[in-house]
Amino acid sequence: MDTPSSPGPGRGAGRSGPGAGTTAAAAFAARRNTPRGAGRDGRRAGLAVRAGDAGLAAVRGLVLALSSLAGSLMLSVLVVLSLVMIPVGGVGLLTTPAVLRLVRLHADRRRRLAAAWAGIRVEAPYEPLPDGVPPGVAGRVRRCLLLLRSPATWRDLAWLLADMTGGALLAVLAPGLVAEGGFGILLALGLWQPVVSAAGGWWYAFVPVTGWFTAFLAGLLGCVWLLVALFAGPLLVDGHFRLGRVLLDRGRAAALARRVDRLTATRHDAVDTSAAELRRIERDLHDGAQARLVAMGMDLGVAEAMIDEDPVKARELLGQARRSSAQALTELRDLVRGIHPPVLAERGLGDAVRALALRLPLPVDVDVELPGRLAEPVEAAAYFAVSEVLTNAVKHARAERIRVDVHHAGGALRIAVADDGTGGAVVGAGSGLAGVERRLGTFDGVLAVSSPAGGPTVVTMEIPCASS
Amino acid sequence: MRVVIAEDLFLLRDGLVRMLRAYGFEVAAAVESGPELGRALAELRPDVAVVDVRLPPSHTDEGLQCALAARRDRPGMPVLVLSQHVEQLYARELLADGDGGVGYLLKDRVLDAEQFVDAVHRVAAGGTAMDPQVISQLLARRSVERPLAALTPRELEVLELMAEGRSKTAIAAQLVVTERAIAKHTSNIFAKLGLEVSDDDNRRVLAVLAYLDRER
Repeated sequence: MDTPSSPGPGRGAGRSGPGAGTTAAAAFAARRNTPRGAGRDGRRAGLAVRAGDAGLAAVRGLVLALSSLAGSLMLSVLVVLSLVMIPVGGVGLLTTPAVLRLVRLHADRRRRLAAAWAGIRVEAPYEPLPDGVPPGVAGRVRRCLLLLRSPATWRDLAWLLADMTGGALLAVLAPGLVAEGGFGILLALGLWQPVVSAAGGWWYAFVPVTGWFTAFLAGLLGCVWLLVALFAGPLLVDGHFRLGRVLLDRGRAAALARRVDRLTATRHDAVDTSAAELRRIERDLHDGAQARLVAMGMDLGVAEAMIDEDPVKARELLGQARRSSAQALTELRDLVRGIHPPVLAERGLGDAVRALALRLPLPVDVDVELPGRLAEPVEAAAYFAVSEVLTNAVKHARAERIRVDVHHAGGALRIAVADDGTGGAVVGAGSGLAGVERRLGTFDGVLAVSSPAGGPTVVTMEIPCASS
Repeated sequence: MRVVIAEDLFLLRDGLVRMLRAYGFEVAAAVESGPELGRALAELRPDVAVVDVRLPPSHTDEGLQCALAARRDRPGMPVLVLSQHVEQLYARELLADGDGGVGYLLKDRVLDAEQFVDAVHRVAAGGTAMDPQVISQLLARRSVERPLAALTPRELEVLELMAEGRSKTAIAAQLVVTERAIAKHTSNIFAKLGLEVSDDDNRRVLAVLAYLDRER
């Protein structure tokens, strides 16, 4: 079973909500549609698939029903008991957090099943407990009160009630229909005789089974139940999870709230970074090229004035002016490289990283697999990120060999930079990596560092983006 | 000598045309875009082309691609590529065919007209003209390696100038020593690097560049 990875803080909104839930339904519909035009074999295969789905749904329904009836029922009883104990000497204050933790585990298990079995994504937006909850009894009481104040807790409890009633009913119908249908057919095959003689008459649904004919009717009805199960089984399991989602998923509002928080933070970072960038460029131009041009103009002016009286001195000044212009060009070139490297503009990310690698004083293996050009801002962000990581590897890790891997897969640009240096790199603490992480954050990109002391260091970056 | 110039900025193009004319070149065409350059190179078959890396309409490395394509059609066709920045990556691509007749210089180098014109002549004659920045980058990457570390500072100087594509005579003039001294340095360098000595200036330059740019 693949557990759904918890969505990155910024990416929840894109994937949750009704869109994600319908993908499974869409796949189901697609599967249903294919055999229709594919002749008898296709139809038979389609039927087999359908029967398989229904069987699977029956088993899953059984598991869910048991979990709903046993788990949810027991937990709601525990919760009620625990809450009742609160006034009784405050005992409940100590037990309630533990019980609520069990409830959350139970709910999380169901969330995982929803994703694995029905492709229904149910967000788990439990707010983390605020820092600074004191240890000991006081802390436990505080924790309990915080939990009781959280709307998520009360939603969980409402879900427990819904789950052990409606949820259980929906779930049990999937295996129930199959069992009842099978039983009806068995009746028609002759099972009615021992049943009727033992129970002195039997109502199969609305059919009073008394002899072969009525047993045959029961068998027919059993076939109908099976047919219904064939179509409705997977839908019932889906329905069970959807019911859960209504109550468990804080849904779009919570996801959006988190998204807004994240966007606000990354936007601040982006604005700060670009303001600092502009300031740096302004300063570099002011102190560099601009000053040199002024000096050059002065040299030219003096040279012009003294060209008749002192041609030797004038010539010297002209040479100086030319050197100033060459200097200014060099500085402008470096500045341009810092703003947007020319190779990046001319060739795209792959060759820009290759060119970058060639500038380093140690061997760098570059492996690039990109289907085409990426969006320019992404290319630039990725380039500067790689540049920073490479600089780190050379400067701090004393690496002897570096490997850079750049590829695009699954709608994201993935970059890995591995070196054989001394390791011990950390994000934060004013390291360049924190800056990289911030820059990538603007693009919902993430950065991970694995750098045990003694090396090797592997920095991986991922930026969601399309390629053209 | 007939030259085709490709440069999209009018001021620079105009300056190049005037400079090269002043030094006795015949400017067969001065174009401003990649497609025009392709046509000019194919139809006019100039003795040498001076090409800006970045050209319209794509404003990517269109000029470089045109030059490389023209050299594929006509191996050894002399091309001097100009750019606002130099990259080893591009130098490597230009040198890859090993045919010579290649130049790769920063645009700044046109400020020194005589040296620039000398480079154009060298390229037209099948030699090379590599920007000092390319060479210093190559040397910087190699400086920690044994064979290069064994060179004396003077030999390194000679190696650098040789890699730029200068002839023995030009190196001797620049370093203010006799040509015989340069010949001695050269044979020392080649012995230390384990390269085969050649009397031909161009072959020697290409051997040095290939040595400096080899994969590790």
